[in-house]
Parts: sequence; C-alpha cells; structure tokens
Amino acid sequence: MSVEFCGLELAHPVINGSGTFDAIAARRAFGENLLDGFPFAAYVSKTITLKERAGNPPPRLWEASGGLINSIGLPNKGLERYMSEDLPELARLLSAVASSGREQAPVPLITNVMGSSAAEFAALVEACDGLQEIAAVELNVSCPNVRTGLDIGADPRQLEDVVRVVRAVSAKPLIVKLTPNTADVSACAQAAQDGGADAVSLINTLRAMALSPGGLPGRARPWLGGGSGGLSGPAVRAIALAQVAAVAARVEIPVIGMGGVQSAAHASDLIDVGATLVAVGTESFRDPAAGARIARALQRAGAD
Amino acid sequence: MSAHGPGPAPFGRRLLTVTGMQALGDVYRVLTVADDGPDPAPGQFAMLAAAERWGGGEDERPYLPRAFSIARRKPGESQFLLEDVGPGTRRLCELGEGDQLWVLGPLGVGFRAPEAGRRAILVGGGVGIAPLALLQDRLQGDQTVLLGFRDGARSAGRELLRDAAVASDDGSAGHHGPVTGLLLVELERDQHAVVYACGPAAMLEAVRAICAERGVPAQLALEAGMACGFGACFGCAVPRRAGGYLRVCVDGPVIDAGELDRIDEHAGAPA
Repeated sequence: MSVEFCGLELAHPVINGSGTFDAIAARRAFGENLLDGFPFAAYVSKTITLKERAGNPPPRLWEASGGLINSIGLPNKGLERYMSEDLPELARLLSAVASSGREQAPVPLITNVMGSSAAEFAALVEACDGLQEIAAVELNVSCPNVRTGLDIGADPRQLEDVVRVVRAVSAKPLIVKLTPNTADVSACAQAAQDGGADAVSLINTLRAMALSPGGLPGRARPWLGGGSGGLSGPAVRAIALAQVAAVAARVEIPVIGMGGVQSAAHASDLIDVGATLVAVGTESFRDPAAGARIARALQRAGAD
Repeated sequence: MSAHGPGPAPFGRRLLTVTGMQALGDVYRVLTVADDGPDPAPGQFAMLAAAERWGGGEDERPYLPRAFSIARRKPGESQFLLEDVGPGTRRLCELGEGDQLWVLGPLGVGFRAPEAGRRAILVGGGVGIAPLALLQDRLQGDQTVLLGFRDGARSAGRELLRDAAVASDDGSAGHHGPVTGLLLVELERDQHAVVYACGPAAMLEAVRAICAERGVPAQLALEAGMACGFGACFGCAVPRRAGGYLRVCVDGPVIDAGELDRIDEHAGAPA
C-alpha cells in the first residue's frame, strides 16, 4: 500500500501530526523497541522556531469531553541547536528504523517550522534547503503576525504572500499546515496552492479554553497557563472531516488529513474525501503504537 | 537496585488482565495485574486505562490514560495504589478480577540507590506512598519510613510498607501534623541520609526546603498532568531551577531536589 507524496515514496499513508510524537524522547523510553515498531511512514518534527522557546507556563493540559485542550507554547531548542543536535540524531534514528525491519529507504523527515513574518519563515526554510536529511518542510502558519496580531494562516492574502516568499528560497517540497480557526479554510488552501505550496495539511487544533475548577461567578480564571489552548482528539473529528473534504474539493495539490483519527475507519473517511496521507496525533498519546495499528488495518482493508 | 535491571518498555500499550483488587482501608485500593513485562525500577510508572468503558463517564471523560507509580512488583505481577478522585480513577477502582486493562510502561527515570553509608529516609504522603513500597522492597541497608495521611481512613495505607512511622493531619493516627514534622526529628538525630519522597506538592515543597537548608540530598518523585507518559505531549512541564522546564515523564518522575525550584500545585493531573 505504498503511497507517492510530493515525490516521496512512502510505505503506507500514515504519518504523525507535528508536535504529537517526539522520536528522540520515545527512543529513550522504548529503546530498540521503538525502531522495530516505528509507526509512521514519514516523521514530522515538532515546530522549530528561529530562537529557542521554553514553552508556556503550566498547567498545559486539560482533559475535555472526548479530547484534550493543550497550551504547550511550542517549546523547542531553536533552529541552530535543532540543526546541530536533533537533526543528526533524528537522521540516525530514522535510518535505523529502516534497517531494523523491512527493506525500505529511511523514514523521510519532514521538518515543521514557524516564523512570525515572511522573512522569518524564509530564513527557517532556507536553512533546511540544502540538507539531505530533510525530505520536506511544513509551515506552521497558526501564529500571529507580529505586526497585525492576526494569524498568518487565517488570512488568505497574507498566507499567499508568505508561501510565495518561502517558495522562492526552497526547492524542497513545501507543506502548509492550515489553521481551522478561520472563516473559509478552503480559501486559505487555495492561497497556499497559489503561493506555490506542494501540499496542505489540516486540521491544526481548534482554539478552546477551560476554566479553573471551583471558580466563583464573575471570578472565573482560565485553567491553562497560556490562557487559551487548542482542542484535539475525537471531539474534533467531524469538523476535520468537513474541512478536509472542503479543501480537497478546492485544490489540486495533495492533502494530509488529520483530526481525531483513532482507527483505520476514521483514516479511511479522510482518504475517501480526498486526503492522500492521514496523520495520527492525539491518539498517539493514548497509545504510541496507534499509528502502526491504523496503518496495518488500512493495509488489511486494502488487500481485501 | 532492580534484580534484573530495568529494560525499556515495550513500544505500545499492552492489554493485561486484572488478577486482584483489594481494599486498603476505606479509601485506597490495591490493583493487581498479571504482567510479564520488563522489571521496573522503583519510581517508574505506567499509564493505565480500562479496556472497557474508558469514556462516557462524568463530562464524557475519561479520555486520556492515567499515570500511576508501580507500587509493587512480584514475578509476573504488578501492583498499583488507587484512590477515587475523578472519573478516571473511579473507573479504575471499579475493575475486578478478570477485567482487562491497557498498560504502557514501565516509563520514566526511577530512584537511584543511596551513596554507601547514607541512611535512606522514605517520606510519603497519601496515595503518593506507592513508589516507596517498591523502593523499600529493593533497598538494602538502614532505612526509615515516614508516611503522612489526611485522616484515619487513609492512614490504613501504612500497611503498604513495613515499619512505617505515621503522621496524620487530623491527629487520628500517629503524629498529629504534617509528615515533615517526623522528617525534622529524623534529620536532627542524623543528617547523614538521603531522602526519597513522593506525595502532594505541598509536602514535596516542604521536603525540598528542609533538605536544601540542611544540605541533605533528596530525590523527589513528582506528579504532573500528562497525556502520554513518553515525552510526546510536553504537558507535564515543571520549572527547572536553572531555567526552562523539565518533562516529568522522561526527565523524571524522580528528580533531584536541587534541580527544582519551588514546587507548586501548577500541573494538576487529570483525575
């Protein structure tokens, strides 16, 4: 059930959502067992920014009805240390996955980056461009523009401008991770395509909040240290299906669908409405091997 | 300290069978599961979820698995200490012999053995006494066990460990007051010790401050809200003294007290 995606030959259509699986930490927790059972046909890094970020103050999580609200705040080492520390380790790990099991090429690495301006995005993407360890770059555009305060990815015109600037400095496949917190997600997908993106991925988390338990009327306080957060998990699955369907109907470039996928049936739904690949995110928190289980079940269903 | 050495956890959660659920007083339950997985180090934990009816409870929860210290390990069997404090722990408390359970683990960094010659002082509070039981099973040499509980009903938890001195907030069992009162007396007597502690944030903060003041090494097993247990979600962050954050699941749960700043109740766990 191999899949062609932006010139990459993938063993199956299941990858991870950015920020939902830390392969380096998982290697520490599971040792060689991770390599034998690596669940994803391509591995997406967590979001890398130009400068190091500590992340948001805790609490960072809230268990919602059928899902999870997170306000993590994109902790990462910054571009320079990602390149010097994490990239060599990830490349070794993803090559070891291939050599520990079936005969296949190393699992391709997709590096996810976020900037707060077109220039910052361009600097991040340009740094990835010459590196053979990186197969593709994903742009996290769910971030406020430093000047306007509006999410870059929520405004089609601004999004198209950013993608165009980035396109000019990179020959790598470019994936735009769309935000669902917008009036018309398919217009944003169209803008990404017009700017020169090779693929789009969606949905990111839906903006959400939770209150501290036991608050009094008029004195309610947000639970999350970051104030508000993003909702994921089964609670968002039907919204993801609608948005993926709308986007796939609008654009020609391939679509990576995600949002609340817990089973092969959920993954098939996204593929049926036009997704080329499916990403597993929050379900990996409940079971790190969920992606492998879903990929196997898809393969079995495909063979029938 | 472990007989076989802690092997890495299998990749993926395992479906295990409950072989026992015993009451430990009126509040706590001891859950026993058949477990042929790797031998845990004391202080390591596992993520637990009931195989059936995990979800659909209060507020449509639970959704995420819950983190529990491994309280005891016998050949082929692991034990966990439970207290019903929310929809997840309530569902787990309902389990009985023959029921199935998803288990991911053993996870995290456990306690390290004391330097030669240092006496081990184990300080536990409430349901946080759990990892100290496995630690006591594996420790050799001189040791002192101090356990604190909110009330008389909970003080039955003392039976999980051997030879424990007890304190209770309401005075209904042992020393009337916080368990750190007992710790102060012990350190007064002999400071050449290492403190192993697990319990509520306020207790851990008091232990941290007492040990820092006296230059006594302390290893603290922390609890924090976490979605995954293996470093993926970045939810279980606690502030590091040197700046930034530590992830309780992969940098801990056992963390040297000297690495930590003030311990606050800031990362409450899903119950």
